[in-house]
Amino acid sequence: MTTEATLHAATPAAHQLDEEILAAYAAGTLPEALAIVVAAQASICPVTRERLRELEAIGGGLLALGESRKMALGSFEATLKKIAEQAQEPEADAAVSAPCDVLPAPIREYVGGGIDAVRWRPVGLGARQAILHDSGEASARLLHIPAGTELPDHGHKGLEMTLVLQGAFLDGDARYARGDVDVADEGMEHRPIADVGEDCVCLVACEGRLRFSGLLPRLAQPFIGI
Amino acid sequence: MAKDDSLARTTDARDAEDAEDRETDTPDEAWVWHLRRIHEHKDHAAFAELFAHFAPRVKWFLMKAGADETTAEECAQDVMATLWRKAHMFDRQRATVATWIFTIARNRRIDMIRRERRPEPEALPWGPEHEPEPAEQVALRQESEQLVAALRRLPEKQRELVEKAYFADLSHSEIAEATGLPLGTIKSRIRLALEKLRHEMKVSE
Repeated sequence: MTTEATLHAATPAAHQLDEEILAAYAAGTLPEALAIVVAAQASICPVTRERLRELEAIGGGLLALGESRKMALGSFEATLKKIAEQAQEPEADAAVSAPCDVLPAPIREYVGGGIDAVRWRPVGLGARQAILHDSGEASARLLHIPAGTELPDHGHKGLEMTLVLQGAFLDGDARYARGDVDVADEGMEHRPIADVGEDCVCLVACEGRLRFSGLLPRLAQPFIGI
Repeated sequence: MAKDDSLARTTDARDAEDAEDRETDTPDEAWVWHLRRIHEHKDHAAFAELFAHFAPRVKWFLMKAGADETTAEECAQDVMATLWRKAHMFDRQRATVATWIFTIARNRRIDMIRRERRPEPEALPWGPEHEPEPAEQVALRQESEQLVAALRRLPEKQRELVEKAYFADLSHSEIAEATGLPLGTIKSRIRLALEKLRHEMKVSE
């Protein structure tokens, strides 16, 4: 079986994830919604995998050189007891979902299956979305945009990360294809257009409450049903 | 090369070197052995040694993240129990033991503080169980030695910031608040330090 990672042409440097975001993922301080994008992108891009491996190694180095705090009396015995108790519990089977050409495993876990299992909701302009996670702090959703569709101008309240999973979109002079990430910071205005040829499927994560008014025309809002 | 008469001496010298290797160099190699003992023989003695070394470090890591002593103690025990249960999943070609334990502790911390799930990248199909390639292991070992040296060389202030970013569960803006430094300065210092570390762990001597 050929791995997708080997088939994926290396993501151009400009469309890679920032050091800052990767480090936060490696350290475990990135909100879950944004972490889904990193995990999904790393599933497609071998460069990201290697960068993450190095950043985790730095965490290991810090732990190895770090200080220590004395464990309580009897803590080793307590741990052995935990191990014995856990051995009684049946090992939870990691649900292995069928492979999917569009959705990498970390996304399939939220969807509960591949691209065919996504429960889309229309959001106007022929576009559809499915919310994967919304903590209030950050949210992640899948977007399906018909080929050639131009999304309206929108600004940002916080960080927004868009990972292309199928098709491509154009943002200014840049073209983003599968595995590429477009990171937009607060205050940035942009107008993404789904490339012609194929419908575009993206994973979009953003900080702050889910705000539809920015992304799609106000007219579309009544259809969202939230 | 000198022959028979010096044979005894060279053997002694080699033994001494070996012993020195075990003591001073990459204790991580020894921890790999401990994990294998745990996985293959359910060896309590090996586990006790690993526990004595790593559990207090994990506890400190969890307390840095803001856990109180009782929670940190409890979670450090959980981390060590996970290590026992998952010892067979340790892949010495991908990580050192310290790094592997760091990732388990980190995941426990996400669960403890953020109460969130940890999305992980799709597992690479490694194909049929392959034999460890010595070259890769040497590279990984060299990398971790160079990393530790680079961490020691890192200017105090930079290392503190990197430690905060990794251990304190603080966003950069929270670090900025805590240190009184401007956000831009924090970001560029952390980035600089990480780039330096990554560069130095790659440089072959």
